[in-house]
Amino acid sequence: MNTYKITAADNTFTAEVEKRSGQDLNACYQCGNCTAGCPFSFAYDIQVSNIMRLVQIGQRDKVLQCHSIWLCASCQSCTTRCPNNIDVAGVMDHIRHMAREAGLATERKVKVFVDSFLDSVERHGRVYEMGLMVSYMAKTGRVFTDVELAPKVLPKGKLPLKPHSIKGKEQIAAIFKRFREVKSK
Amino acid sequence: MRIGVFICHCGSNIAGTVDCAKVADAAKAFPDVVHAEDTMYACSEPGQQGIIDAIHEKNLTGVVVASCTPRMHEPTFRRAVERAGLNKYMFEMANIREHVSWIGKDKELNTNKAIDLVMMAAEKLRHNAPLMAKKFDINKRVLIIGGGVAGIQAALDCAEGGLEVVLVEKTTSIGGKMAKLDKTFPTVDCSCCILGPKMVDVAQHPNITLYAHAEVEEVNGYIGNFEIRIKQKTTYVDWEKCTGCGLCMEKCPSKKSYDHFNNGVGTTTAINIPFPQAIPKKAKIDAEYCRMFTKGKCGVCAKVCPTGAISFEMTDTEVTENVGAIVAATGYDLFDHAKYPEYGAGKYPDVITSIQYERLMSASGPTSGHIKRPSDGKEPKNVVFIQCVGSRDKSVNRPYCSGFCCMYTAKQAILTKDHIPDSRSFVFYMDIRSPGKDYDEFVRRSIEQYDTQYIRGRVSLIYPQGDKMIVRGADTLAGAQVEVEADLVVLAVGAESAAGAPQLAEKLRISYDSYGFYMESHPKLKPVETNTAGVFLAGACQGPKDIPSSVGQGSAAAAKVLSLFSKDQLESDPQIALVNASRCIGCYKCVETCPFGAVKEEQDRFNNPKARVIETICQGCGVCTVTCPQSAIQLQHFTDNQILAEVKALCPSMMVKN
Repeated sequence: MNTYKITAADNTFTAEVEKRSGQDLNACYQCGNCTAGCPFSFAYDIQVSNIMRLVQIGQRDKVLQCHSIWLCASCQSCTTRCPNNIDVAGVMDHIRHMAREAGLATERKVKVFVDSFLDSVERHGRVYEMGLMVSYMAKTGRVFTDVELAPKVLPKGKLPLKPHSIKGKEQIAAIFKRFREVKSK
Repeated sequence: MRIGVFICHCGSNIAGTVDCAKVADAAKAFPDVVHAEDTMYACSEPGQQGIIDAIHEKNLTGVVVASCTPRMHEPTFRRAVERAGLNKYMFEMANIREHVSWIGKDKELNTNKAIDLVMMAAEKLRHNAPLMAKKFDINKRVLIIGGGVAGIQAALDCAEGGLEVVLVEKTTSIGGKMAKLDKTFPTVDCSCCILGPKMVDVAQHPNITLYAHAEVEEVNGYIGNFEIRIKQKTTYVDWEKCTGCGLCMEKCPSKKSYDHFNNGVGTTTAINIPFPQAIPKKAKIDAEYCRMFTKGKCGVCAKVCPTGAISFEMTDTEVTENVGAIVAATGYDLFDHAKYPEYGAGKYPDVITSIQYERLMSASGPTSGHIKRPSDGKEPKNVVFIQCVGSRDKSVNRPYCSGFCCMYTAKQAILTKDHIPDSRSFVFYMDIRSPGKDYDEFVRRSIEQYDTQYIRGRVSLIYPQGDKMIVRGADTLAGAQVEVEADLVVLAVGAESAAGAPQLAEKLRISYDSYGFYMESHPKLKPVETNTAGVFLAGACQGPKDIPSSVGQGSAAAAKVLSLFSKDQLESDPQIALVNASRCIGCYKCVETCPFGAVKEEQDRFNNPKARVIETICQGCGVCTVTCPQSAIQLQHFTDNQILAEVKALCPSMMVKN
């Protein structure tokens, strides 16, 4: 078992998570209802209530390096169940953003999928499924992921070979551009 | 007038952020002030003696003390002034602690504000006149509202103390929640066996008049002389004739009535006596289910009743009782778990509340004390208890701890093992709250000797699977999700204020908190008093409480009533409204606005209409004063002239302009 140095803890971490998420983390009394309802708890390395606790005691490295924040499906069960009205799923989102900014992505494939998805939206104004699939497979080498779905979705036209274009593609691209500008400041 | 001003340091409470010596210096320049000094603790023995000595030495005729809130020490200083031979209303208090030093950090601004407040107090004092209290007789009878264990204890203690007691109970029997419990923690003694004798004592005591199935409709009057209107709700059974034989219950064909006493576990007959030990043991017809009322024909009970007590024409009646004090002991209600969809919102028969489980375990309950689950009557082997259902949960507006659920859950787990030796109990908890004599030992006994599995975490979902209920929760100590296959789930529902508590509070003119619990006068030092003179509190109406605390408060409230009644007369407060008859034009606006009915219409000897204030009824609220177009009705000690003098002192320049 690790010994956490509580007094040497990174107080700025707790404050930063609180500021970004707008949630009062002191309100968490560790009842465990978020963990109790979490459909992904089977895959988590650290349970969501434990993540909340580690944030409370300022354990930046432990939290940002955990896998759970990348596996969270943002289903909001934890937020719905929280007796103290904390947006737990929102906290998970913000921690994931912080991990990304710190150059950490313990579940690389999840990050690659999200990035490929957003790339596709930026380029086409909406997601281009085939392009997303190719991009994801090329970057992760997971060539056979969900390949068994192809015979079902192909005849329904759900996996077109050419991207659909939409009206206002440029505006969507502008959103990405503006985001990057704000970020670089 | 010769005024003395005393500026209190209150240790560093005031002196920390107010220059007290400077305030005293400034006060020396105020009109009529002949003496001003600062003192370390004005309320202390030497502090009070200093005031008394100054009155004698400087021939003072009025005193201003600048210190804490008048709620704290106004009576102290008034008594000190009185001891020195002055009228106690020739005293004014300026609050420079709560209103100045505790709320501001800037010493200079604070000092200036303190000087202003002292100046206002001195100006008011210059317009004060001596007032004399009158004495009035008190009616040494007491009304107790609520016949639970707290009300029973208060009634018995008052009755034993020689007082006449009027006990009003909403349901048809006294006993309250305690009468429903199977056993009590931490001794596991039979609840009804220890409460029963007290209930019988109430019934047999010559000093106690019991109104069961009755409610307080209206409260008029004041400490020492309340007039209470009580509604005796109809039972359709003449209780003078009813012997409680129970023959009507045997023959009643409507057997599907909601069983209030058993909290819906099982059903009862439309005419029923709630439980065998009921006091009074009298039958009542539930009109909602009675065939005579729903279908217009039946009357079986009337035919079989050996004393002819049944009367379908009976209606509500009213009784008026005069008392000198009131004890509110209206108890609590239980949280409605339908607010939790994750626990099934009340739609699963095998997810029940703790009080329903008590009735299942009780020998006088619908299953004669055999634990059978409601869905199929099977004996449960795995029983899950979930704590904090409607407690410590902001999302359902119940952020407070109900205090007793940890203990009754431990008791129910122990009793489950006693009833079904091959059963297992699982308790989902957040924290165990067991402060009390032998309480924590009791919880440990449940864990160590009765093998109760305590799981630290909340439950997020209950769903049926086959004939089991699957309970999914967290074990935060193991850092994992857990699932239990349960045969029966018991929800430890928390306490909330009794239905109708705010309405009764308004009748009694007492205050209540945002959850409907009654406010005590002081959370530590006046736990059974209210801010309304003559009205006291006992039991869980003031906040969730277990049996020992409720009984303790019942006795405490009785002691307060007995000490109040140890005098034959009370002094009335002279700070009341008075009519200047020569200015009164008889418009009677004051009569209309007075919330206490204290102003009466009269005629003077020339038959001119005039208003007159009944001194003992007036509460000194001042509503009439602001209503009177002639300024003829004036609240003594707060007259227009006195208040304007304060305003003038505070803003002289503005007053000059006008």
